[in-house]
Amino acid sequence: MVILNSPISKNDVVKLKAGDTVHLNGIIVTARDVVHKYLIENKPKEYKKLLKNGVIYHCGPVVDRVGKKWIIAAAGPTTSMRQEPYTADVLKEYGVSGIIGKGGMGDRTLKALKKYKAVYFHAIGGLAQVLAECVVDVKDVFMLKEFGSPEAIWVLDVRDFPVTVTMDSHGNSLHKAMYERSGAILNSLITKGGL
Amino acid sequence: MDNEKILDTFVELIRRASSDLPVDVVTAIEEGLLTEKRDSIAHKTLQMILKNIKLAKEKSLPMCQDTGTPVFYVNYPAGVSQIDIKKKISQAIKESVHKLYLRPNIVDTLTGKNLGDRTGPGYPVINFEEWEKDYIRVLLMLKGGGCENVGTQYALPDSRVNAGRDLEGVRRCILDAVHKAQGRGCSPGILGVCIGGDRVSSYEESKKQLLRSLDDKNKNSVLDKLEQEIFRDANKLGIGPMGFGGRTTLLGVKIGSLFRIPPSYFVSVTYMCWAYRRRGFEYKGGKVKRWLY
Repeated sequence: MVILNSPISKNDVVKLKAGDTVHLNGIIVTARDVVHKYLIENKPKEYKKLLKNGVIYHCGPVVDRVGKKWIIAAAGPTTSMRQEPYTADVLKEYGVSGIIGKGGMGDRTLKALKKYKAVYFHAIGGLAQVLAECVVDVKDVFMLKEFGSPEAIWVLDVRDFPVTVTMDSHGNSLHKAMYERSGAILNSLITKGGL
Repeated sequence: MDNEKILDTFVELIRRASSDLPVDVVTAIEEGLLTEKRDSIAHKTLQMILKNIKLAKEKSLPMCQDTGTPVFYVNYPAGVSQIDIKKKISQAIKESVHKLYLRPNIVDTLTGKNLGDRTGPGYPVINFEEWEKDYIRVLLMLKGGGCENVGTQYALPDSRVNAGRDLEGVRRCILDAVHKAQGRGCSPGILGVCIGGDRVSSYEESKKQLLRSLDDKNKNSVLDKLEQEIFRDANKLGIGPMGFGGRTTLLGVKIGSLFRIPPSYFVSVTYMCWAYRRRGFEYKGGKVKRWLY
């Protein structure tokens, strides 16, 4: 297992290989499709520093407000493919080093991960309680009023956040490999009959 | 109908659905764990999922942050007002958002605005049906977005999957759906399938199949055989938990059929994630007769 601190240097990014299990420490920033669209279309400058070598988390948490503190009550990953149309551009414009999500992403993102040196970390879908316990602090929140709490930009400080690298910066995707491998098995299961 | 009590009962129903996975589902995940190699990624993933299930129950918090579309199935005796029940469900959803059992999950599709604790057209989904029994029965499923997105429908014949208008064609479609879904529906998943019907009734019936307990045996022997076949074959695909690889791709397959007209032959597949959140209750004389699942 690899232990990594976020922000992640590009030097560390290229050492990661598809299949590595990683525990992340440090800052991760939630962003779903609405935020990605906003980052690309409105080009806000104030997030450049936050996202440089940073980690984006595809997540819409359940949050609670206790006094002046925000508490993350549930925070598993959401489907990453929704961010596919914007991710290559976000990697380019903001210099992001890592994406955490679920389900993997497409070819355009895979190419961009290679070009801009970044990796895709897969978290376990539905793991909202285990992952919420990894959040030690909510550092900040942006666009809360505009987008609502599930779609806002939450800046989270995490410890031992468990993920697996499924797409690396060398063009490898476990998702692609699995699709092909299971496709071959499927073909062997449907040899009889047919049209 | 005692209005205060049924409101509390609805809130409790939502709490249980969101935070406490039914025992048949937990058992199926535990059985899946036994089939996976120790220290494999599939084994670790299922262990982590079981830990998450336990934590959610202890904390009475959502096991998944996507608390989904609440889909209600309400059976009621003559004389009960649907309008009344709808109002109670809306109130219960509002309260459940404030108690953190539900995420404020509703968005106006045209404006993109999150509507917070409100309900509106399409959210929640409520299916009403009058019946001859003298009590109300409410079943609730929380249907997450990730798995809803990988659901699919085939119109046979379908040359893409080389599927004709027979049970072998149906089998091909269902296995194709599992392959296309990969881990994106948060596998290990459960399939609700309907053969026949029209586009809408077919999808509706496929979702309704998910109300059956996992250990429920299909009364129709043809469908029972098909369920077992698909279950066995899908778990040979090697997709495993989250698509990381492994033997546990599906936890169950439930298939129903509807009559159809000759021109149409639909196969509708609803995919349910491992967080197969369903709960229910029976209600009579102002109190809960029993909790279901």
